[in-house]
Amino acid sequence: MSGAWRLPRGGRVDRARPLRFSFDGKAYTGLTGDTLAAALLANGVHLVARSFKYHRPRGILAAGCEEPNALVQLDRGGGREDPNLRATQVELFDGLVATSQNRWPSLSFDLAATADRLAPLLPAGFYYKTFMWPAGWWRRVYEPRIRAAAGLGRSPSRPDPDRYLHRHAHCDVLVVGAGPAGLMAAAAAVMSGARVILADEQAEPGGALLAEPGLRLDGMDGAAWLAAALGELTAQPNLTLLPRTTAFAWHDHTYLGLLERVTDHLAEPPPHLPRQRLWRVRARQVVLATGAIERPLVFPDNDRPGIMLASAARTYLNRYGVRVGARVAVFTNNDSAYATALDLAAAGVTIAAIVDCRADPGGELVQRARAVGLPVRPGAVVTGTQGRLRINQAFVAPLDGGGRSSPVVCDALLVSGGWNPTLHLHSQARGRLRFDEKLWAYVPAELVPGEQVAGACAGSFALADALREGAQAGVAAAAAAGYRAELPALPAVEAPSWSEPAPLWRVPLGRGRAWVDLQNDVTAKDLELALREGFRSIEHVKRYTTTGMGTDQGKTANVNALAIVAAGLGQGVEAVGHTTFRPPYTPVTFGAFAGASRELQLDPLRRTPSHAHAEALGAVFEDVGQWRRARYFPQPGEDMQAAVGRECRAARQGVGLFDASTLGKIDLQGADAAELLNRVYTNAWAKLTVGRCRYGLMLRDDGMVLDDGVTARLGPDRFHMTTTTGGAARVLAWLEEWLQCEWPQLRVFCTSVTEQWAAIGVCGPKARDVIRAAGTDIDLSREAFPHMSFRDGSVAGLPARVFRISFTGEIAFEINVPSGYGGALWEALWQAGQPFGITPYGTEAMHVLRAEKGYIIVGQETDGTVTPLDLGMDWMISKAKPDFIGKRGMARPDLARADRKQLVGLLTRDPTVVLEEGAQLVEDPAQSLPMRMIGHVTSAYHSANLGRSIALGLVQGGRERIGQTLWVPMPAQPAIAVEVTRPVFLDPENRRLNG
Amino acid sequence: MVNDAYRRGRSAAPSHGTMQRYSIFSLARNALTGHRNWQAAWRSPEPRPAYEVVIVGGGGHGLATAYYLAKEHGITNVAVLEKGWLGGGNTGRNTTVVRSNYLYDESAAIYEHSMKLWEGLAQELNYNVMFSQRGVLMLAHGSHDEQVLKRHIHADRLNGIDNEWLTPAQAKAFCPPLNIGKELRYPVTGAALQRRGGTARHDAVAWGYARGADARGVDIIQNCAVTGVRRDGDRVVGVETTRGYIAAGKVGVVAAGHTSVVMAMAGLRMPIESVPLQALVSEPVKPVFPCVAMSNAIHAYISQSDKGELVIGAGTDQYVSYGQRGSFHIAEHTLEAIVELFPIFSRLRMLRQWAGIVDCTPDRSPILARTPVRGLYVNCGWGTGGFKATPGSGHVFAHTIARDEPHPINAPFTLERFRTGRLIDEAAAAAVAH
Repeated sequence: MSGAWRLPRGGRVDRARPLRFSFDGKAYTGLTGDTLAAALLANGVHLVARSFKYHRPRGILAAGCEEPNALVQLDRGGGREDPNLRATQVELFDGLVATSQNRWPSLSFDLAATADRLAPLLPAGFYYKTFMWPAGWWRRVYEPRIRAAAGLGRSPSRPDPDRYLHRHAHCDVLVVGAGPAGLMAAAAAVMSGARVILADEQAEPGGALLAEPGLRLDGMDGAAWLAAALGELTAQPNLTLLPRTTAFAWHDHTYLGLLERVTDHLAEPPPHLPRQRLWRVRARQVVLATGAIERPLVFPDNDRPGIMLASAARTYLNRYGVRVGARVAVFTNNDSAYATALDLAAAGVTIAAIVDCRADPGGELVQRARAVGLPVRPGAVVTGTQGRLRINQAFVAPLDGGGRSSPVVCDALLVSGGWNPTLHLHSQARGRLRFDEKLWAYVPAELVPGEQVAGACAGSFALADALREGAQAGVAAAAAAGYRAELPALPAVEAPSWSEPAPLWRVPLGRGRAWVDLQNDVTAKDLELALREGFRSIEHVKRYTTTGMGTDQGKTANVNALAIVAAGLGQGVEAVGHTTFRPPYTPVTFGAFAGASRELQLDPLRRTPSHAHAEALGAVFEDVGQWRRARYFPQPGEDMQAAVGRECRAARQGVGLFDASTLGKIDLQGADAAELLNRVYTNAWAKLTVGRCRYGLMLRDDGMVLDDGVTARLGPDRFHMTTTTGGAARVLAWLEEWLQCEWPQLRVFCTSVTEQWAAIGVCGPKARDVIRAAGTDIDLSREAFPHMSFRDGSVAGLPARVFRISFTGEIAFEINVPSGYGGALWEALWQAGQPFGITPYGTEAMHVLRAEKGYIIVGQETDGTVTPLDLGMDWMISKAKPDFIGKRGMARPDLARADRKQLVGLLTRDPTVVLEEGAQLVEDPAQSLPMRMIGHVTSAYHSANLGRSIALGLVQGGRERIGQTLWVPMPAQPAIAVEVTRPVFLDPENRRLNG
Repeated sequence: MVNDAYRRGRSAAPSHGTMQRYSIFSLARNALTGHRNWQAAWRSPEPRPAYEVVIVGGGGHGLATAYYLAKEHGITNVAVLEKGWLGGGNTGRNTTVVRSNYLYDESAAIYEHSMKLWEGLAQELNYNVMFSQRGVLMLAHGSHDEQVLKRHIHADRLNGIDNEWLTPAQAKAFCPPLNIGKELRYPVTGAALQRRGGTARHDAVAWGYARGADARGVDIIQNCAVTGVRRDGDRVVGVETTRGYIAAGKVGVVAAGHTSVVMAMAGLRMPIESVPLQALVSEPVKPVFPCVAMSNAIHAYISQSDKGELVIGAGTDQYVSYGQRGSFHIAEHTLEAIVELFPIFSRLRMLRQWAGIVDCTPDRSPILARTPVRGLYVNCGWGTGGFKATPGSGHVFAHTIARDEPHPINAPFTLERFRTGRLIDEAAAAAVAH
């Protein structure tokens, strides 16, 4: 048995396949096809939650995504934890474990419900008015308690065992919603040959057809017609049907986000499937067939468990075979709730009363209800209810106030305040809305480009209209996407018509709190208080009262709130306007956004050609941008300083081996390549001869150093540019931006060749010996191959381009080979270098070696605020060139100020002390805070070659201060004395370099 | 000099009477009468024909400016003109982070000035702005980040601003959901922590200043868009609005992303690019995230609101726009970073997503200054980080308007610096747009 409230037959559940589940530790049985809410109701469980603020007992209001109350925590084991799931959307599976949230110790006895007793002290915005004294208590006392009381479910605490994937799709027509309108739209579009995606958030398509037994389409009932229509539709190869898929966001240019829940409904998700799939769909046309959401009514004590939307009760009855009560009252302002009453009565449920605020309701359904003897009470309203954990009585009085209220005993009260078309996506697409004073609801005022709307979301609630509009929308969409589409035959429809609803925003009678936003506990009085306090913009009312800001985003609350605010301001609903509809339509899992972008897939990991060998040598690596580079190569027993010291000595005394493949490389070709270089670098390039290299400094347009590197002239119209490792992509984008936006007339093509070349550096007095030993046809002699030139040839039997350039101040060759040969080249040099004691060195030694020579690293000595003049590199600036990027920026008067920070060397008085990079320099370490800082340390190392520490820094007027003593104040120790020096510590005459 | 007409206007300023005090006692008293006797937090007056000072822009900075004009300088004949609803721009759209651990002296001074005002703001305004000094953690992923953050720490220490270095384990202890595992693509190698940093309730800041300014006689005029700035030669004389012409002795423009538009009406071209910046929140959960954490390297900002929502800041779009929504991939990129750094949050769900238009200067530092037009002042260029500066910005901008000369704290933040080159390049300092 799957619950005492289950009907013996009917509905779309499978009575042969019962499912066990538990709620708050108690075991129940449901059926395959149930939602958790349906299964709970089948077991007579209405109390499922506590509200956010006052911890009021709450039941199930709805049957879909609009549910404000019935939020549960699910634990599926193995770390599959989910807070705040709507029980109305959770598909039941065997072994499901759900618990209620936001209550202690239990749902039926929640101590925090004392907040409800204090409610008179806690109106909207109360927290802005108190908790201010004493001042320190907000952070220490009040806030922790408020935080603990707030929040709903608990965050997962264990690792997520699931995967999430992304899918990019293009289609001609995306149909959102597979109810009658959506099905017809998809059918019409598919027949034209258009590629169609039909997405529906529910487990099975059909929408209203699944829960309305009284319909006849071509003589069939809704279910039979649906089966036939779906069979035909899904046979078409150009249709993609996505059940359990919510279109949650509409971005610019008909780019929509869809969330497909792939395995959430399965007891044991198969390992090959992702949990959820995020679809990014670029659609030519979008048909919105998103239906409508029923509004509750606002009357005193309208929040008790057992008070439910009339359409939800009908869904539970017809789709799940569940009675929501034995003696049910109905309260409505429109005809749709009568259908529920008729269906319930037919299922043997006693209808205690149909309370209709309309004085003289006369629609077809009303007449039917009267004909079967249901107690219709026209011109009446519910003025209050009773029942602590479940409604047991409603009080009914004439709306005109001219009579006493009388109790109606009931165990459920079904409410309907009319229907709101679901226009979230329309509004996200910046479609305007219009308030229709026949339907008393917002409808689309216009279509946005690429949009069609059909059915209830367009305000057309009758089945025949929905089918016709759906077909028309499908035809229009297919035609707009470039297909010839014809209107398909429409089924002959028998469905009851509705008469006009009457607006009823708030029952004017009765005492007690009338709830507008059930999840956030906002009452009609809260809205009025906000208005009284000057919060008149609807956005202010929303923020002050938090109405519509719950996890349901006010799907059932917002329009009632707007109307109550309008009444309070004496304006029409439309004049009040509405708050912005923000994506997503329903909440979307973070994991789905992240998709596969975790760990190594978050960002590409780039390894150098020597990586495997470096690993074998026991190198310690560091991340430099996307690259993973060897930082140093410790030998047994060595720490970093010892290893780096040994590497640095080897590079100056013997020979070092260094993988420089990470440097950015850009191939420049075209008649204007030299002209481009002239414009982007500070120095002159026209006269660089083929076979020679030149160092270049690139500036931003504000005159600040952007990047540097060596560029070689391969031919009259061809250059090989190198950039910093981190700047490779930025520099290419920079060149392209100038070429494409500012200088389209220049004939230059820029191609990144970073990945095409491996570059291995051999450096030190024995560099030539090693390369010769490896075997080369290039004359490496000083005369034949001077510094700042390159030669093509072979090295170690590999085709190579060898640059004689140096970032260490030693004789150095950078051997470039096609990147596939990089590992082999490294290996060959390593082998050939053994007799010479070749020593691989990492990025740390590279940093030290270049600092000994005072060479800058862009991003370390520069930070975007440093000009070439600051670096003492005025020799790099061509006086002859008419212009280059940054020339004008550099000409600004403040950039020539003598007190700008300039690059200097810093030597600590105690040679064993290594400064901390980023430390600040002051003239007087005894001054009080805030101190006057005149510079900072940009680089600092122990230099084994010099036998002491060295540092570079940027110091105000630094070049004038050479010889001065400055101080580096450090926490918890005396300030460190440093002498300002020139920034070149070794071989200032470049004898070694040119050797 | 303020001419006589404005003096007359000033004496004619309505006396708003005493502000109703908020406290637990006034709440209790009002509970007895069903909360029917609360005053409006601010009036909704019709604009008068002339004011001594007109502030264009009713966000936090504009309202704070009006408040301090009235309170500190006795200038109460002030109107704040807001084209929509007050606090509806970036004030109501940001991720509410407050910190002062900036690198450069000029920035450190103005944000620390602000921090000190934050520390007493609820009491000052008699409005609980929920300033919560829960600590701001800035994560380092590698040696370059460490170097940048340590440089900040050293500079802050000597500027008297708290900022300390934490090891990964210490960062984890301070922020338990943080993943410091080596399996991360960019493992956390340390963090800088400003314990005095934290968050505040953004709406309350606007409302608190509005209430305080209104009580001192300032007219806050919503739904009043400025459509023109009227000049008499080189001096401003008033503004055209959708509710008619309003004469003004002085005009302060505090219009964030739309500053360029307003200043163009006065014939001034601003060095500002306006781009959408996105933010999002999760569904509310019980307390799980105790602090603010941010990573510049993989771009994520996160904290948890008192309501329980995770509040997450994303990046800016790469193109200029006034559309208050951003691109899909920007939010996606941020959530990748969040899930990478805080993997337990993969199951939490995005509840709302939105964007504001931020006004970015070339050096990512603000402009708080006089302009070439006499009587016209501008406060803009706060980019992605303006909320934290709200009190300090309003305070020194009020000084600038009242005295017609900058406060020492905002003196460096001139408009001319982009011409002379004396930049305060916090974008460079943070190594990314901050």
